[in-house]
Amino acid sequence: MSNWALILYCGLITYLTRFSMIALIKREMFNDRIREILSFVPSAIFPAIIFPAIFINDMGLIEIDDNPKILAAIIAMIIGIFSRSIIATIFSGLASYWFLIFVV
Amino acid sequence: MKSNFKIFLKGIIDVSPLMIPVVPFGLIFGVLAIDVGFTPLETMAMSLIIFGGASQIVLLQLFSGGASSLVIISSVGAVNSRHLLYGAVVSEHLSDLKLIWKIIISYFLIDQAFAISNEYLKKNKDHNRYFHLVGGGATCWVIWQSTTFLGIILGAAIPEKLGLSFAVPLTFLALLVNDFRKFINVIVIIISGLVATFGYNYIPFKAYVIVAALAGLFTAMILTKKNKKV
Repeated sequence: MSNWALILYCGLITYLTRFSMIALIKREMFNDRIREILSFVPSAIFPAIIFPAIFINDMGLIEIDDNPKILAAIIAMIIGIFSRSIIATIFSGLASYWFLIFVV
Repeated sequence: MKSNFKIFLKGIIDVSPLMIPVVPFGLIFGVLAIDVGFTPLETMAMSLIIFGGASQIVLLQLFSGGASSLVIISSVGAVNSRHLLYGAVVSEHLSDLKLIWKIIISYFLIDQAFAISNEYLKKNKDHNRYFHLVGGGATCWVIWQSTTFLGIILGAAIPEKLGLSFAVPLTFLALLVNDFRKFINVIVIIISGLVATFGYNYIPFKAYVIVAALAGLFTAMILTKKNKKV
């Protein structure tokens, strides 16, 4: 598949997930149980991107020792829990990462 | 009753604080897309056509890992399944609108706009209250397109040593800050993360995002069910 086709299909599926509920489905069709499960979607999907990006190195191997990303992510998470701020989380993580690779 | 423009403006103002992290996110996307081999035109088209940070980053991540198109498209679909929830929630406020407005608003139904407009729509009953969502969405659109463009241009100038790609997991981590306080969410996060990490090399077709997400949702199903019986 060409890059352009890939982009178009990804755009189409993204748009359809946004449009389908607004246009086709009535709110009553969503019971509380389905809504409850859907509310866990971010918690279920985002870690699948977060964890490998932190723990897996460029060679495709799990790296625990000598991996500054782990400590930086933990610091970011702690700051995030206490500040509840998206910005503070991202910047504290980046700052501690830079501190660990450039200073320590 | 407030004018359409006033409500549109209120949407812009309300969404503004949430735009600060979008700036580095957009820059990173632009830089990374060029880095993994997309042309500047393709990169810009991704932001215009897909217009979804999480979807676009997942696309890049899997594309650079050599995943097949089918896996990339279904992973993007899985990441987007949260929009089904947004749509279902806001649909009651939009049910009287003409189809053309529903088509337009759907394009702007993104995380940040949903987060702020959901509050507004619940509190206000004006029939033109949906302009708030359009205002928030349009603001995001402008920021996202311009930072993507800047990222494409700056791409070459940003040294790889800075490790800006680390901002990707950080951004997703930041989107979960409120979930770290809820016990069931934490379990779901850990299960999904472990399945993705250990399945990374073993789950075929790079489908680890989908497998991990399903494992997480399945965990949520079991835990919420148990919770209710107690």
